[in-house]
Amino acid sequence: MTRARTVLLPPALAIVFAALLCAVALLISGDSPVTALRVMVTQVGEGTTAVDIVNSGAIYYIAALAVAIGFQMKLFNIGIEGQYRLAACVAAIVGGALVLPPVVHTLVIIVVAAVVGAVWAGIAALLKAYRGVSEVISTIMLNFIATGLIAFLIRPDSFGVLQGNNISTAPIEPSGHFPGISFGSSGTLFGMVAVAVLLGLGYWFLLNRTRFGFELKASGESPTAATAGGVDARRMVIIALVLSGAVAGLVGLPELLGRDLAYTLTSPQGYGFTGIAVALLGRNHPLGIALGALLWAFLDKSALALDNVGVPREIVLIMQGSVVLSVVIAYEIVRRYELAAEQRRVAAQLRSAAAAEKVAS
Amino acid sequence: MSAAPQSDPRRPRIPTWVRVVSVVAAGVVILSVTATLTGQYQLTSRGTTQAAVLLLLPILFAGLGGLWSERAGVINIGLEGMMILGTWGAAWAGYQWGPWAAVLGGIVLGALGGLLHAVATVTFNVNHIVSGVAITLLGMGVTKYLSTLLFEPISQNPRQSPRVEAFNTFSVQPVADSLASVESQQRVLLSDVAGLLGGLLSGLTPLVIIGFALVPISYLVLWRTRFGLRLRSCGENPVAAESLGVKVVTYKYVGVVISGALAGLGGAALTLNPGQLGYLEGQTGGRGYIGLAAMIFGNWRPGGLLAGSALFGYVDGVQLRAGGEAVHGLLYGATILAVGLAVVWVARRRWRAALIAAVAGAVVYGVYYSIDTVPREFAAYAPQLVTLLVLAVASQRLRPPAAIGLEYRRGEGD
Repeated sequence: MTRARTVLLPPALAIVFAALLCAVALLISGDSPVTALRVMVTQVGEGTTAVDIVNSGAIYYIAALAVAIGFQMKLFNIGIEGQYRLAACVAAIVGGALVLPPVVHTLVIIVVAAVVGAVWAGIAALLKAYRGVSEVISTIMLNFIATGLIAFLIRPDSFGVLQGNNISTAPIEPSGHFPGISFGSSGTLFGMVAVAVLLGLGYWFLLNRTRFGFELKASGESPTAATAGGVDARRMVIIALVLSGAVAGLVGLPELLGRDLAYTLTSPQGYGFTGIAVALLGRNHPLGIALGALLWAFLDKSALALDNVGVPREIVLIMQGSVVLSVVIAYEIVRRYELAAEQRRVAAQLRSAAAAEKVAS
Repeated sequence: MSAAPQSDPRRPRIPTWVRVVSVVAAGVVILSVTATLTGQYQLTSRGTTQAAVLLLLPILFAGLGGLWSERAGVINIGLEGMMILGTWGAAWAGYQWGPWAAVLGGIVLGALGGLLHAVATVTFNVNHIVSGVAITLLGMGVTKYLSTLLFEPISQNPRQSPRVEAFNTFSVQPVADSLASVESQQRVLLSDVAGLLGGLLSGLTPLVIIGFALVPISYLVLWRTRFGLRLRSCGENPVAAESLGVKVVTYKYVGVVISGALAGLGGAALTLNPGQLGYLEGQTGGRGYIGLAAMIFGNWRPGGLLAGSALFGYVDGVQLRAGGEAVHGLLYGATILAVGLAVVWVARRRWRAALIAAVAGAVVYGVYYSIDTVPREFAAYAPQLVTLLVLAVASQRLRPPAAIGLEYRRGEGD
């Protein structure tokens, strides 16, 4: 009962608070919050929206898992953004250049993406472990450098192909695609959605059923206690960040292998930062993250529907930002409240135990 | 540049100002030699310096913002978000009431972002980085919403503000003109110095003056006043500060709100940049983060962060004004620097450092020799690469405030 309250109350409060905030903003700008809400809810049933939400949700889910692996050890991998974009770009180049049998081709692309993500995160990991450079700053810098590297890699005189006004990598042959599940006129679900689910299961298993997961969480809770218990802090930092990078490498693949089939200059950006927000919403729990990812995707899709009825679509961005900020504050308040309640409970138990002892003697 | 010589007990300490002057002089000589030998005269031209000054300004403001917050013990990765808020506030106030109103608008909106960060981190003890990321997301959302609402009806474009009147530029006369004539004579060293100085003394705006003035002001306030001592004590050891009667929470609030105001001022500097029409979506381009990096580069000190922002601004200016070939020329300068450092360290019998410097110099020269120009894509991100290298080399010597990012609650010191 207490547990359910600690886990469910903060996000519920945060969502209500963010919704109120947006309602006020809409009222000030002269739009009706009721219409906005109605449009947001009814849009789910229309056209391909439901499938789109799940597709985007899967992408956010993978990104948030990558962030969460670092969070478990209090490491902030702000560099998911650079890791996934560089990984998608290199994977597209490799995938476009290779000719392989169907399943093998796809697997090779996935492995390449994971390795590139891991290597890019590995730079930050080594700097952190051996030179004491804060991973926050190094990954932010690596994000910028990745942008430059991508622009260089897909130049027409490197690996790029000029297609109309856009530069892209060579398209991946059909043998490398990841087939989706078609729902007819409701759209096509990315095949990578299944991979996202598997990753979530793997994450849960890793954290709760393996020694590595225990050591990871222990290092995050108390580095000194973990070191005293024989955990090599340096090794943990490297493994956690590299693993986070490997998962981050997969973020760009659902769209690359299921829809775009080539990496272009206009390929989507920003999933890394969404991942951070979603991981915060979901408290690093595999199910929580899944709900957070779906909520985020739902809000994203609402932007279009809102635009159609004349409500500024940017209200969604405010909603997303305020949800994140209020959810972290709400968790903190509830945590503080629970802590005080537990202290009171323990104190009461101690008092009654002491009283019983007195009676006995 | 940041590698200040370690204090050696056997050797009499060199006064700081001598060190600063000699580092600057060495930098000028290296640039001058590089410009002469590679023929890249753009490296020391007045135009490049001017561009560098305008580019370093937002970074400098953001870095100062980081300084004020982190000295009070609060990590501020939300500088980027506060800067975005600042660009919007500056444009909104600026197109209606002129440039000084724009400055004020930027400061106010940035300070609001700072206040939010303070509420989350100081009052509610939310993790500082989490709050910073959230504020950046929120800042982006709020500015997009507000610019659709208030700018689109006038500018017909939700991503852009109406034209904001900028400050008039001015030059320090007659010095600037005489420097220009010396520069045009193409004399070794003399013309280079004239070009660099001339760029600093011409094409100025009031914001440039404010920016450069805020560096010594921040130093004096933070290191030479009672208020500053107390603020820094909150970043070093809040519990001890509290036991001495310092109102830690208040000081942290003040530090973070000033930090936001400075970041917002950085946003205003972007909006008012000559050649800029006003607010433009995505205008900050991560400069808030770069400001933070410049501050870390500068070891959480005002002078150091000025050097860091100057490095970013300069490389950016060279890249924009003169392109990849000039950045390629800078590689030659980096080789000279590495060889020079190696010689200094050999003289001081620090063999390992000397060897590393020599190898680094050889590698950089190898790169210089094997390519003709640095690809545009890399030239644009040279500052970030330099930051990463400097952090890798010098991070062991950096000393952040001791209690930075730690949770503090009033009355929990015992």
